[in-house]
Amino acid sequence: MPGFDLAKAPLRELNAALHALSPSTNETHWVVSNPSGKHAVACGLDAPVTVEIDGHVGYYCAGMNKNATVVISGNAGVGVAENMMSGEVRVKGDASQSAGATGCGGLLVIEGNASARCGISMKGIDIVVKGSIGPMSAFMAQAGNLVVLGDAGDALGDSIYEARLFVRGRVASLGADCIEKPMTEEDRAILADVLKRAGVDADADAFKLYGSARRLYHFHIDNVDAY
Amino acid sequence: MSAPPHRTPPRFSATFNPNVIAEIQRAAATGIYDIRGGGAKRPLPHFDDLLFLGASISRYPLEGYREKCGTDVTLGTRFAKKPIKLKIPVTIAGMSFGSLSGPAKEALGRGASAAGTSTTTGDGGMTPEERGHSSILVYQYLPSRYGMNPDDLRKADAIEIVIGQGAKPGGGGMLLGQKISPRVAKMRTLPEGIDQRSACRHPDWTGPDDLEIKIEELREITDWEKPIYVKVGASRPYYDTALAAKSGADVIVLDGMQGGTAATQDVFIEHVGLPTLAAIRPAVQALQDLGLHRKLQLIVSGGIRTGADVAKALALGADAVSVGTAALIALGDNDPQWEAEYQKLGTTAGAYDDWQEGLDPAGITTQDPALAARLDPVKAGRRLANYLSVLTLEAQTIARACGKSHLHNLEPEDLVALTIEAAAMAGVPLAGTSWIPGLDK
Repeated sequence: MPGFDLAKAPLRELNAALHALSPSTNETHWVVSNPSGKHAVACGLDAPVTVEIDGHVGYYCAGMNKNATVVISGNAGVGVAENMMSGEVRVKGDASQSAGATGCGGLLVIEGNASARCGISMKGIDIVVKGSIGPMSAFMAQAGNLVVLGDAGDALGDSIYEARLFVRGRVASLGADCIEKPMTEEDRAILADVLKRAGVDADADAFKLYGSARRLYHFHIDNVDAY
Repeated sequence: MSAPPHRTPPRFSATFNPNVIAEIQRAAATGIYDIRGGGAKRPLPHFDDLLFLGASISRYPLEGYREKCGTDVTLGTRFAKKPIKLKIPVTIAGMSFGSLSGPAKEALGRGASAAGTSTTTGDGGMTPEERGHSSILVYQYLPSRYGMNPDDLRKADAIEIVIGQGAKPGGGGMLLGQKISPRVAKMRTLPEGIDQRSACRHPDWTGPDDLEIKIEELREITDWEKPIYVKVGASRPYYDTALAAKSGADVIVLDGMQGGTAATQDVFIEHVGLPTLAAIRPAVQALQDLGLHRKLQLIVSGGIRTGADVAKALALGADAVSVGTAALIALGDNDPQWEAEYQKLGTTAGAYDDWQEGLDPAGITTQDPALAARLDPVKAGRRLANYLSVLTLEAQTIARACGKSHLHNLEPEDLVALTIEAAAMAGVPLAGTSWIPGLDK
């Protein structure tokens, strides 16, 4: 099992080594120690490997991840798993702003809380937050599923497109064009699947679904008060 | 019946001129602001207000067609492992597939590649056709992140983080439903046919300290190979340039308010931002104050039309320029051959700017397959290559006359201004005087 101590070697060497891994590599499990809040740790990965990070990370950990599994045993700074394409990223602590921003695929699990703008402009990623999320989360969210076991802050789903937002707790307020929607069997199955993949034992029926009213899909002067 | 004698002839107001009256009437009828493409149309201080002095007794010219005048430029020499080398200091500005048709993007790639320069993606991601036909391709990293993915990031030759553009500093984008074809919608992960907004702010960073970290992430993802550009609309060029440099940019792209857009409110285009001429010297000053002029590269865009404009921008301190609107015109935009169709759209060749509607008779700013098929990408690419060649030859002609063996040897000392405003903005003397307004303190 390769180990990498960021107190002894530069980040650039770690990321270069991870980028050099082929899809058939035997070095499938990496442990990174002493991240000490460094930025861009394990970003741009594209191999089916697991990278365990022992400690807190700064901005953009696991950014643009493809195929890899990244586990952060600590808190994550801004933009964890931003623009993730596939694979899985798990934060065992809390996540700062813009967790999973613009993510196109894969699964992001935050076992603690996530700050503002969680899932902003998400494009297909699945995000599960065991705690609560901050304001302006899922702003302009285009596709994918955001599952929140706790509460959601103000202006949830403002200007949302076709993403699904499942919240078990209280929603402080909804943003422009975001409404509560009836949960169909398809929605319930999607939620159950995301929860299962995240390893979360929760009753799908305890969640409410929020999504787009689609009133702002075409700019119309009569809707100007909504902007 | 004849008019009474001595009657005052019809007289239009300078304040309420016919254009103003027509806009008030249009606003009253529709209740919505005017949206259009292109850049500022109002008269602005511009490169036309500058002149080169040429050689004289104290300056020695170079022989045209005989003595060499270099035009090459290398971009990304500050940090990138693989800087890009261009034969000419004129690049093609970012324009998206979506706002432009597939054949138009292909033609831009063909023309730029033939001329030895780069082209740039836009909001909406990179198409295989664009990558395939562009020998050097700059991949824009925009707030919307439509189509953004690490594979295309690595296929790019450089990455351009877009903070803003000259036509609308502080504004996002919009692509109206008529242009959201199935392919465009899929690339942007959006429903077909909706009016699509592009965000005005990046979703995962705010401010220059964050930008530095974002640049670090993009460098880490691409193993420090790609030059990282930062593009700003001209508004506070001294500070924006200094902050972009401090954030670690390899290249700064500075876009003045004459720079075009696919679709923005007319009031935004005409009333927000700085003219290109006013933006260059503060940006260059910022780089000089940091000891970084010519160490990181400055690309200037917004209203570049001729080789004289190229030469003037470089003389004021730019390393290269970028063309967008002029490139579209070279492809065939506003061509008089489509006059009958422009008339049907209520406009005329030379004035057509409703690029947002997707009805472009020239087949450039459209997603309509029948219209798009009108543009032959091979021929259009040839026209663009010709145009870029003329820009370069013209700039060389001027540079040789000023005694310069490379376009980058042009300098402010070669210039004078025709107006006090241009003299103050460009920091060069008013013609016939030694007066540079604003220089004396």
